[in-house]
Amino acid sequence: MHNCLAIIKREVGAYFSTPLAYVFIVIFLALSGALTFFMGAFFERGQADLNSFFSFHPWLYLFLIPAISMRLWAEERKTGTVELLLTLPISTWVIVVGKFLAAWIFIAIALGLTFPLWLTVNYLGDPDNGVIVASYLGSFIMAGSYLAIGSCISATTRNQVIAFILTAVLCFLFLMSGVELVQSFFQGWAPSFMTEALASMSFLTHFNTIVRGVIDLRDIVFFSSIIGVFLYINTAVIHLTRGS
Amino acid sequence: MTLKENMIAIEGLTKDFDSFRAVDNVSFNVEKGEVLGFLGPNGAGKSTTMKMLTGYLPISGGTASICGKDVTQYPLEVKSKIGYLPEGAPLYGDMTTIGFLDFIAEVRGLSGSDKQAKVDLSIKKLQLESVMNQPIETLSKGFKRRVGFAQAILHDPDILILDEPTDGLDPNQKYQVRELIKEMARDKAIIISTHILEEVEAVCSRAVIIAAGSIVFDDTPEKLKAKSTNGSLDQVFRELTHH
Repeated sequence: MHNCLAIIKREVGAYFSTPLAYVFIVIFLALSGALTFFMGAFFERGQADLNSFFSFHPWLYLFLIPAISMRLWAEERKTGTVELLLTLPISTWVIVVGKFLAAWIFIAIALGLTFPLWLTVNYLGDPDNGVIVASYLGSFIMAGSYLAIGSCISATTRNQVIAFILTAVLCFLFLMSGVELVQSFFQGWAPSFMTEALASMSFLTHFNTIVRGVIDLRDIVFFSSIIGVFLYINTAVIHLTRGS
Repeated sequence: MTLKENMIAIEGLTKDFDSFRAVDNVSFNVEKGEVLGFLGPNGAGKSTTMKMLTGYLPISGGTASICGKDVTQYPLEVKSKIGYLPEGAPLYGDMTTIGFLDFIAEVRGLSGSDKQAKVDLSIKKLQLESVMNQPIETLSKGFKRRVGFAQAILHDPDILILDEPTDGLDPNQKYQVRELIKEMARDKAIIISTHILEEVEAVCSRAVIIAAGSIVFDDTPEKLKAKSTNGSLDQVFRELTHH
């Protein structure tokens, strides 16, 4: 485990060694704030909750998480440091998990810095803090799913821009698979078990139940499985692409 | 020759990339105290062989073992015994020299005063004191190479595998690195790949020449030189590797 910690430490350090981390945090805070107050009509709704804040997270993550995950492996492959890393006495999956956790910690920091909003809503009214905690957890674990997909895609290329775009596209598909628009496209011809399976893969559906304050084990299991499956594929991809 | 002395044992090692055979049935052993100079033209399979030994590339055929342990079966044990300088010495440019060496030491399972002592020693051996707190990307090529070298010898490994360790160094630095290799040779088994034929004479106790994936010469540098009609290593090299 000590060497997993070393990986996490290095990766978190790598984020903060460039201005990218600070730029990301500022953009995340500014965008989430702006969306909450202007598009989400935080004041006009007159409700003491953070729904107008959390409902934009799936869309915010769609662009911000790929920016975080794109460098995870693509950069290592481009500079050749992946050879250094894979010839150290440490299992590939430990490196995969370490890198993933480092990026997730970074997201946690960004998400944690939105706390003034939580203070504000508590000052203005009497919100259900249980729902807010559940929403934060839901948002965090959903971010983890985006990240796992991003990390996996990043391992397939040495080009960070390609990693960014492919991750955004794949995450978009996961996000939208439950939406009426996509569903109606399939409903005409696909068997119902397929459209249902597709709908059950939707990030949006699972996230919305958590944001309502219902922590259903199924939603947690869903996001955890997405993380597990993509990190597993990530490890396999690294084994397959080494040396190329 | 007992098994224990053969710190590196390669038997019929083969590597295929799709339909291209990069390394073809290569066999050799390296004993403790030996410095093996691995020579050959570009694309002959030197780096590929080294990458298989260090566990970076999977082996297509044959076996390789380090200190009696099979490379494929015991990857972590094998990797912990090897110090490896990959071709071009890839490093994390965003880290400082000391930060990078600390990272390598931690991944290798070192901690506390033991880690401190080993990091300090490799910094001293490679004379990196003046650039300890500089980001690696701002260093000159020579310094970068030395950081890569420091990383490889940090844990005092039994086996050193160095892919073109003196490439890009000035004559003084080359001399330093060669002295360092000679000094460490006593209790280690070392493989260095190089294009520089004088280097083989200067540091190696044995020369292996590989061409198009196969070994074409395996003996002492003196014997290699004796094969030449005019005493030039370049000429023998050309003859052996020419098709």
